[in-house]
Amino acid sequence: MNFNLSEEQTMIQDSIARFVAEGYELDKRNTIVASEHGFSADNWQQFAELGWLSIPFAEEYGGFGGGPVDTMVVMQEFGRGLVAEPFLPTVLLFGGLLQAGASEELKSVLIPQIIAGELQGAFAYLERQSRYEITDMKTRARQDGVSWVLSGEKTVVLNGGAAQKLIVAARTSGEQADQSGITLFLVDAYADGLESTTYRMTDGREAANITLDNVTAQAVLGGTGKAYALMAPVVDNAILAIAADALGAMESLNAQTLEYLKTRKQFGVPIGSFQALQHRMVDLFAACENTKSLLYRAVLAADVGDEDAQRSLLALKVMVGRAGRKIGGEAIQMHGGMGMTEEMAVGFYVKRLMIANTLFGDADYQQQKFAALVNAPVETPAAVAAA
Amino acid sequence: MDIRFTDEELAFQVEVQQFFASVMDDDLKAKLHGVEASPDLKGAMIEYQRRLNAKGWMAPGWPVEYGGQDWSVTQHFIFNAERGKAAAPAPIPFGVTMVAPVIYTYGSEEQKARFLPRILNSDDWWCQGYSEPGAGSDLASLQCKAERDGDDYVVNGSKIWTSFAQASDWIFCLVRTDNSGRKQQGISFLLIDMTTPGVTVRPIETIDGIHHLNEVFFEDARVPVANRIGEEGKGWTYAKSLLVHERLSIAEVAESKRNLDDLRELARAEVNGGVSLLDDPAFSRRIADVEVDLMALEFTELRVLAAAADGGMPGPESSLLKLQGTDIQQALQELRMDVAGYYSGALQGDLSVDQFGHDFADLAQKLYFRGRASTIYGGSSEVQKNITAKFVLGL
Repeated sequence: MNFNLSEEQTMIQDSIARFVAEGYELDKRNTIVASEHGFSADNWQQFAELGWLSIPFAEEYGGFGGGPVDTMVVMQEFGRGLVAEPFLPTVLLFGGLLQAGASEELKSVLIPQIIAGELQGAFAYLERQSRYEITDMKTRARQDGVSWVLSGEKTVVLNGGAAQKLIVAARTSGEQADQSGITLFLVDAYADGLESTTYRMTDGREAANITLDNVTAQAVLGGTGKAYALMAPVVDNAILAIAADALGAMESLNAQTLEYLKTRKQFGVPIGSFQALQHRMVDLFAACENTKSLLYRAVLAADVGDEDAQRSLLALKVMVGRAGRKIGGEAIQMHGGMGMTEEMAVGFYVKRLMIANTLFGDADYQQQKFAALVNAPVETPAAVAAA
Repeated sequence: MDIRFTDEELAFQVEVQQFFASVMDDDLKAKLHGVEASPDLKGAMIEYQRRLNAKGWMAPGWPVEYGGQDWSVTQHFIFNAERGKAAAPAPIPFGVTMVAPVIYTYGSEEQKARFLPRILNSDDWWCQGYSEPGAGSDLASLQCKAERDGDDYVVNGSKIWTSFAQASDWIFCLVRTDNSGRKQQGISFLLIDMTTPGVTVRPIETIDGIHHLNEVFFEDARVPVANRIGEEGKGWTYAKSLLVHERLSIAEVAESKRNLDDLRELARAEVNGGVSLLDDPAFSRRIADVEVDLMALEFTELRVLAAAADGGMPGPESSLLKLQGTDIQQALQELRMDVAGYYSGALQGDLSVDQFGHDFADLAQKLYFRGRASTIYGGSSEVQKNITAKFVLGL
């Protein structure tokens, strides 16, 4: 039992921390976010050269062959530094789905392009009515000869503006809310009949609504109608990554709040000398440590395929939502009027944590799933025999 | 990073499981059920503790030379987790966990030989004489006085909130031997025989209806100087250092996990308007809140243990174990009261379960009220937050 990072993981951690320290000051970062797609293409190239884009991919496609712990290390530093580059949509979602479901031929072409920083991707799963159910979709695909043709609309597609290729989830059979009958398609972002409307999320990242009017897909990923089994583990990995990003943001935010308590003086003393604020700061420290404990728990369970993995993952996402909101809200409050300004980094971190909460289901949603899982009656051998 | 157990650790886990399965036979289980809230605590616990001792597992945390085990922190973790799963209690801590580490660390060879074997075999029962009417969270302001007279100290004063003093053979006390310096100085650590003339015990009636708390009075009680631990005036240092020994199980994760499982089954069986309480969204959400916190605490504890195993100082997260562990315990006690519904407010008294009409409300009540103490003793939650703010956050 140990919680230490390997030498390699520490090196990755250090190199990202150095990147943030040397070129990602708040104003520079915000200039990047304000640019066309909300991130820097030069930085993306640098990520490729430093090998970060290869981390979750198998060695046979030129990847580093990393596991959940490696991704966690990367995302925690990205969150700590408010890094805006689209690692989640391109590498983890688009790349993750390719690796899980694409043909060997496609994988051997596209994954090396992602690793080289040449290909931006996105995963279009959500629709206007979906809320947090990734299986609630009206977009349909019909077969036309050897091709599949897609029609419908996908919403809040992260990195949908910059993506050159998309993986689109569409219904090939069944009813709107069914878990089965969904298929994943590789679609070219410039295909005929595809239009996108871009906008920004509060934390600065770009998203798009994408309408598909008889768009011909380039390939099918995995089996027809069997996308759920393909998506679920990729989404689970993404949740771990989002949580790691959120933990990095929480740690940074707490450090900023603590520093402010020590330096801001009122009534002739640092405001951190007031017990009312001290105890609340301890609560924020505890919220952050709880998130870290559940992150380690869920990541390590996923790493070894433990039976506790799903329960830990759901608990983690609940905690990310709850702790993030608490730490964010209190950070603004304890910074007083300054917490309301864009001069401080506080607000940008708070917004990052807000998005972390909603991605793939907020705390309330995940808590319901958690309760359903843990409250299911334990199947004893006798009960099974009786049934 | 890796949380997998090695083959040796897995084998150890099986050994612990088998041990507790054999120790916790139906007879002992019945005796220990609700033992925390029972006047028969001592008899049942002695029987149980002697079974642990026969295996050499009464005090695994002690150094091997005094009867402990040479276990890794992972083994300690496994032991506590399996003990919790088997619904087996931790030994009463005052002797084995609280005074013994002070004795084997700072005591004389004579003191070690005299007291440690009797603690292992549950021959002597100990209680803790720290708090006083005027010294609660501010423990160092204690006033119970010990004045030197030849080979004895003459002790005058009183101690309060003394758990199980009525059943104890010995009390370990912090007493004031000098008033001149800082209040932390001038405190000495004395072991006092409860049968010493001048020592009297008065029960304190508490809201849980269980007799566990007492006041202990000392009126010219003569205590041999040979019963002082270490040097005069160093008692505060000794007492503080033993807090480290409480860390391994202070969060009571294993107990809370079992309580949570029990609670879930009780709620499942409770039906309100034809619907199981467990299917009530408001109730199931409250259980889920506690379970998520408990799952986090379990790993916080593991992180602390892993840091200790590396020989490092426990990380800042260790300060949260008591604070969060007791919050979770209380939340579970509260939920169990809510499951009991009307009966959570009914007193069973001498009635049988059959006559009374309910089988867990009485215990739920007692544990609920008794449990209020957990955020007060051992440094109240507010004091824990003060400590964390000062020493961890630097405020």
